[in-house]
Amino acid sequence: MRRLFLIAVPYLWLLALFLVPFAIVLRISFSDIALAIPPYTPTLDTSEGVWAGIRDLVSQFDFENYEFLTGDDLYWKAYLSSLQIAALSTFFTLLVGFPIAYGMARAPQEWRATLMMLIILPFWTSFLIRVYAWIGILGTEGYLNQLLLSLGLIDAALTILNTQIAVYIGIVYTYLPFMVLPIYAALERMDESLLEAAEDLGCSRTSAFWLVTVPLAKNGVIAGCFLVFIPALGEFVIPSLLGGSDTLMIGKVLWEEFFSNRDWPVASTVAVILLLILIIPIILFQRNEQRLREEEDA
Amino acid sequence: MRRFSWFNATSLTLGFAFLYLPMIILVIYSFNESRLVTVWAGFSTKWYGELAQNDAFLDAAWVTIQVAFWSSTIATVLGTMAAYVLVRGGRFFGRTLFSGMVYAPLVMPEVITGLSLLLFFIAVNLDRGIVTIVLAHTTFSMCYVSVVVSSRLVSFDKSLEEAALDLGCSPFDAFRSVTLPIIAPSVIAGWLLAFTLSLDDLVIASFASGPSSTTLPIKIFSAVRLGVTPEINALSTIMIGLVTVGVVTASLVIKRNVARAEAEARAAAG
Amino acid sequence: MASSADKVFAPWEDAYEQPLIRFKNVTKRFGDFTAIDDITLDIYTREFFALLGPSGCGKTTLMRMLAGFEKPTTGSTTLDNKDLANVPANRRPVNMMFQSYALFPHLSVYDNIAFGLKRSKMPKGEIPDRVEEMLRLTRLQKFAKRKPHQISGGQRQRVALARSLAKAPKLLLLDEPLGALDKKLRQDTQFELMDIQEKTGTTFVIVTHDQEEAMTVASRVAVMDAGVIVQVATPGAIYETPNSVYVADFIGDVNLMPGYAKISGSRAVITWAEGQPPIYSKTDLTAGTKCTFAIRPEKVSISEEEPGEDVNKVQGKVLDIAYLGNLSTYHVELPDGKVIKAQVANERRIANRRFTWEDPVWLSWTDTAGVVLTK
Repeated sequence: MRRLFLIAVPYLWLLALFLVPFAIVLRISFSDIALAIPPYTPTLDTSEGVWAGIRDLVSQFDFENYEFLTGDDLYWKAYLSSLQIAALSTFFTLLVGFPIAYGMARAPQEWRATLMMLIILPFWTSFLIRVYAWIGILGTEGYLNQLLLSLGLIDAALTILNTQIAVYIGIVYTYLPFMVLPIYAALERMDESLLEAAEDLGCSRTSAFWLVTVPLAKNGVIAGCFLVFIPALGEFVIPSLLGGSDTLMIGKVLWEEFFSNRDWPVASTVAVILLLILIIPIILFQRNEQRLREEEDA
Repeated sequence: MRRFSWFNATSLTLGFAFLYLPMIILVIYSFNESRLVTVWAGFSTKWYGELAQNDAFLDAAWVTIQVAFWSSTIATVLGTMAAYVLVRGGRFFGRTLFSGMVYAPLVMPEVITGLSLLLFFIAVNLDRGIVTIVLAHTTFSMCYVSVVVSSRLVSFDKSLEEAALDLGCSPFDAFRSVTLPIIAPSVIAGWLLAFTLSLDDLVIASFASGPSSTTLPIKIFSAVRLGVTPEINALSTIMIGLVTVGVVTASLVIKRNVARAEAEARAAAG
Repeated sequence: MASSADKVFAPWEDAYEQPLIRFKNVTKRFGDFTAIDDITLDIYTREFFALLGPSGCGKTTLMRMLAGFEKPTTGSTTLDNKDLANVPANRRPVNMMFQSYALFPHLSVYDNIAFGLKRSKMPKGEIPDRVEEMLRLTRLQKFAKRKPHQISGGQRQRVALARSLAKAPKLLLLDEPLGALDKKLRQDTQFELMDIQEKTGTTFVIVTHDQEEAMTVASRVAVMDAGVIVQVATPGAIYETPNSVYVADFIGDVNLMPGYAKISGSRAVITWAEGQPPIYSKTDLTAGTKCTFAIRPEKVSISEEEPGEDVNKVQGKVLDIAYLGNLSTYHVELPDGKVIKAQVANERRIANRRFTWEDPVWLSWTDTAGVVLTK
């Protein structure tokens, strides 16, 4: 009895507030926009009985929005540019994050807890504020341009804010801890006598790094890349604050379809397709995690 | 004793400079006299004064704290239940669907979660306000709580619960008097995480909020879209300061506890 | 009075004695895997009963059934003639000492011991006295206020014992109770356990993979393999008269010589190797059969001269010597390459020992020194 209660409460909560809402999104994505309340058609009409109403409703569903989305360049470009931005910024985050994780894992033991805290601290700090901090730095009259101009490195202010470059910087900056932590965890677990063994067997320091350290950090790198790539793909705050009107990202498109154009069916379709794209990396990520767990158990 | 190599010291310095300089600049310029935020015109705390006068910000802050408190508390209860069911519940009908629903919100883009919840609230005719934001935040943060708690439960020695049963506890009594006190730190960590996530959330709150219930992130977002302002700098400084104090205190407490436990373990062995 | 004290404790030989625990045709399956295969076993009051076997043989599953953490797939278990099938773990007059000790880390030593009492029918006022008694029994009075992580491994082991004894269970289960202790401490603790068992008069069932431990503490030992009980007997009987090659090999060191037995009176005449005389051994067998002759190394004598009196003798040369301080085991190779081990107490200093590598020697044993095994 108690067990049933324990299962039922979170289960019903998630059914009602996670699964049902998503079913509604799916249902609206098959509808058409209308000047009504709610602003889409068809709606469920149960005047002739619930089942007749549902049958009638389903018969009016169509894939018009999906055809519209695949036909329109704007959406194609938005999806592709989201994928590109997410992939490239994941790569840049890896470039920045790996040396930090490596440095932390090779730091003196008594320093590691402090370094760890310094990596986690920004994670607890407001995401919005961390993105906002870059507006002041990257603007045409921002601190970065002031610095470069005063050093005489440039003659005229650079335009960084409201370009894709600013979006890359924003993503690398905010998601850095997600990359550093799993790599650090993998490197810290590594037995250092492995490196001594490699050197003992004739490796140079550099080749020991490439032949021993990097393969052993691989699992951490993969986990870190997924942890950055997946949320970056649907990112909204960073492109809308730093990217300007030229940066197309699908999260921003969805937001605008819903809030500015009030086109619920198209916004829902955008959401469904975004989710379909995300399912592939999510499944790969889950598989990777499961494989790691099995390796640990073995 | 091991020391920093030249390469590691450089990469750590550059890395942490990248992480912290933007926030440090923000904090410094929040004490700038001038309204032109990029030009330093002398030290002043006047923007903090103006912030304290700004009722819109104060109201939004109060809404945010209420939402964060209630959503993290409910999420902690639900998330702990979900974690317990997943780790200890054995098999039951629809377990795969359940574990899928527990972990999916972790990877779901916020725009999709927000959109679907808003459409749901409209469909069931629920007026948008504090209640809907609490419902929305509880739903996504309970997943984080259950991840934190279940990772503790997985490493929990099951024979402790069996020992409790063996000594005459009912299953519920065993949970209350043995399991819960031992996993308490992770439950508290889950609550803190849920609280922070709720304080921080912009996207889901934007979808779930009504005209009368604006949270602080929504307020900040609409203000910073127009550019940098000294009031927001002051507000950011306060928030960064609170988090820093919290995290540093927590890690000092943990460090002291670890040191004490190690000393006791050494004493017991010796 | 004196005569009853002299009587050997052997309720299993008494046909009128009622067993405390009775397993009747118990089988336990986990999916396709059969952990316990049709076991029938009686355990008597005041016994110190050992379940011995390699890991995965089902001994822990058998014990967990008594505790109430596993249910038999078929068959029944009774305690004091009452069926245990529908009694949950928390209602059984059975307590368990866990392999990991399972001490509650958030409670002090005192509260760990009082934990079960607080959930029993014992009046609140009597609990402190009982806890004190347990602390005294396990010599832990000084540590009552400490938390489990503040005491040593040996002390933790005693807290676990005190906690499981506090409710005065009819049956105490011990799951590898000494596994986490180092060898010296383990030996001391074995005697302590026997002492406490005698003082409290509780029936103990211990699970162990350590044959020395089982032999030291137990009144009877059940040797298990792959879900079945191979032999149940007193430690002496298990060692001296194993009923199968498996038991002979599992307990202690043994020479095994497969061959073929012919019966001549009360003796078996075993042909076992070409060019070697047959082995004569006393046996209950009545017909010739394939068999294995088993003999313990310490029952084999080693000498330079051909021995006169013993029935069985073979000649070979010393291949290896394992020096253990008090004992030496000589590995003697016969001309056909077979190796027989002989163990000798080292009565002389190592420099003066009689044999060394490559020395030709004689091995000999009487016709009652070994056993003829057909399983």
